[in-house]
Amino acid sequence: MLKVENINVYYGAIHAIKGISFEVNDGEIVTLIGANGAGKSTTLQTISGLLHSATGSITFEGENIAGIPAHKLVGKGLAQVPEGRRVFLQMTVEENLEMGAYTRPGIEVEPRIQRVYELFPRMKERRKQVAGTLSGGEQQMLAMGRALMSNPKLMMLDEPSMGLAPILVEQIFDIIKELHKAGTTILLVEQNAQMALSVADRGYVLETGKIVTSGSGKELLSDESVKKAYLGG
Amino acid sequence: MVIFLSRLINGISLGSVYAIIALGYTMVYGIAKMLNFAHGDVIMVGAYVCFFAVANYSLPPLVGVLLAMVVCTVLGIVIERLAYKPLRQAPSLAVLITAIGVSYFLQNGAQLLWGSNNKMFPVFLNGDALSLMDGELRVSVATVVNVVACVAIMLVLSWFTGKTKMGKAMRACSEDKGAAQLMGINVDTTISMTFAIGSALAAVAGVLYMSSYPILVPTTGSMPGIKAFTAAVFGGIGSIPGALLGGLLLGVIEIFAGGYISTQLQNAIVFAVLIVVLLVKPSGLLGKQIREKV
Repeated sequence: MLKVENINVYYGAIHAIKGISFEVNDGEIVTLIGANGAGKSTTLQTISGLLHSATGSITFEGENIAGIPAHKLVGKGLAQVPEGRRVFLQMTVEENLEMGAYTRPGIEVEPRIQRVYELFPRMKERRKQVAGTLSGGEQQMLAMGRALMSNPKLMMLDEPSMGLAPILVEQIFDIIKELHKAGTTILLVEQNAQMALSVADRGYVLETGKIVTSGSGKELLSDESVKKAYLGG
Repeated sequence: MVIFLSRLINGISLGSVYAIIALGYTMVYGIAKMLNFAHGDVIMVGAYVCFFAVANYSLPPLVGVLLAMVVCTVLGIVIERLAYKPLRQAPSLAVLITAIGVSYFLQNGAQLLWGSNNKMFPVFLNGDALSLMDGELRVSVATVVNVVACVAIMLVLSWFTGKTKMGKAMRACSEDKGAAQLMGINVDTTISMTFAIGSALAAVAGVLYMSSYPILVPTTGSMPGIKAFTAAVFGGIGSIPGALLGGLLLGVIEIFAGGYISTQLQNAIVFAVLIVVLLVKPSGLLGKQIREKV
């Protein structure tokens, strides 16, 4: 579904991503793990078109999407839940969801909103509330619901567990599993390596802009160097 | 009492025009995060277009206004594309200086095209004045039209930003451009749209302003422009209701200052009030306060 080949991203003089290649197959959950500053978010933002790679190619469903601006990728079936949620704080829950369906014809909006409400009953209770008044966990749910509104084939989640209490992290991961079961392919970026690897089919470990290890979720969970560096033991 | 009421009404009328202009500043600021100092000169261009349409080609005034709106809309989009879009990633100081440059460009362009002689803007809001309080208080047609136009524009704009897809996309862009792009919103189109709306409103404001202050020269737009900018900051820049409140208050203060204190100090008093407001409440009267829980 998604194939990233040899991308290099620079922030001015800083070489943030150094020749990364990886792929996500249809129906998989793939995770990129690594420490703060390893380049995980940069990688996602490059795929979604907010940043651009100086070299290489990004192929999504057979089409090279490198260099296509972000707003044109949504319609192709690529959605991103950005780091720090970035819901529209001054808009209501329902308006946030409507924005998620911006590229879809108007007639599809209402049924999709209903589907998001089924997945997140909390959102239905708070539909008229301004998003800035939601708790962190609720905002994360809203960000995920908003991304679902475009009916993506591939959903990219950037640190969905960030700043959430353990019980909420569990809930968020349950929903990720549910979405996956319903047929959405998922690319997950996480600092919470334990959680991410336990749901992922495959994972890649990033260190200072390079992929240093890859393997199945299980393999990486039992890999000694991964354990030492990311799993606290 | 009659004098007070009549000044109050005049202030609200002038303030309505400021509010319409201030909307252009505040919407552009809200979305593009820049101060478009050329906005005042778009008013001037609108006034000239209407002037020529009505005075030289004897078109009906309403057609003149519509023509001015069309020309200003295109002008606003072109200015944004040519002057500001290439600077989207540039520091805000560069954009600010460019905006001042565009302002001078428009003023000098107008002088080149239309000369620097005063032109008397035709009076077309000339129906009978309304008589209130046994004829002691007279309210001119221009006054009524200013207030009605302002209220109508406010209602349409709040419907537009609150209910339409494009309007909601504009609000999304003003909050977070990156997230808006991830929704599939084309930020460039949205910014163009904002300039288009702001400039069309500037054309309307230009014609209304000319109906009260009918001397048209290439620098006509700068004073109402700077006052309306003050009004936008006064009310809280980026906020649409703030532009309305700021505009109305500024108009009333200006007329009261001129009437009760001194016409020479009129403008000084207006700007002094701005300074006081900014000292006490730096984000303006209705400046955005984001309630945020993390």
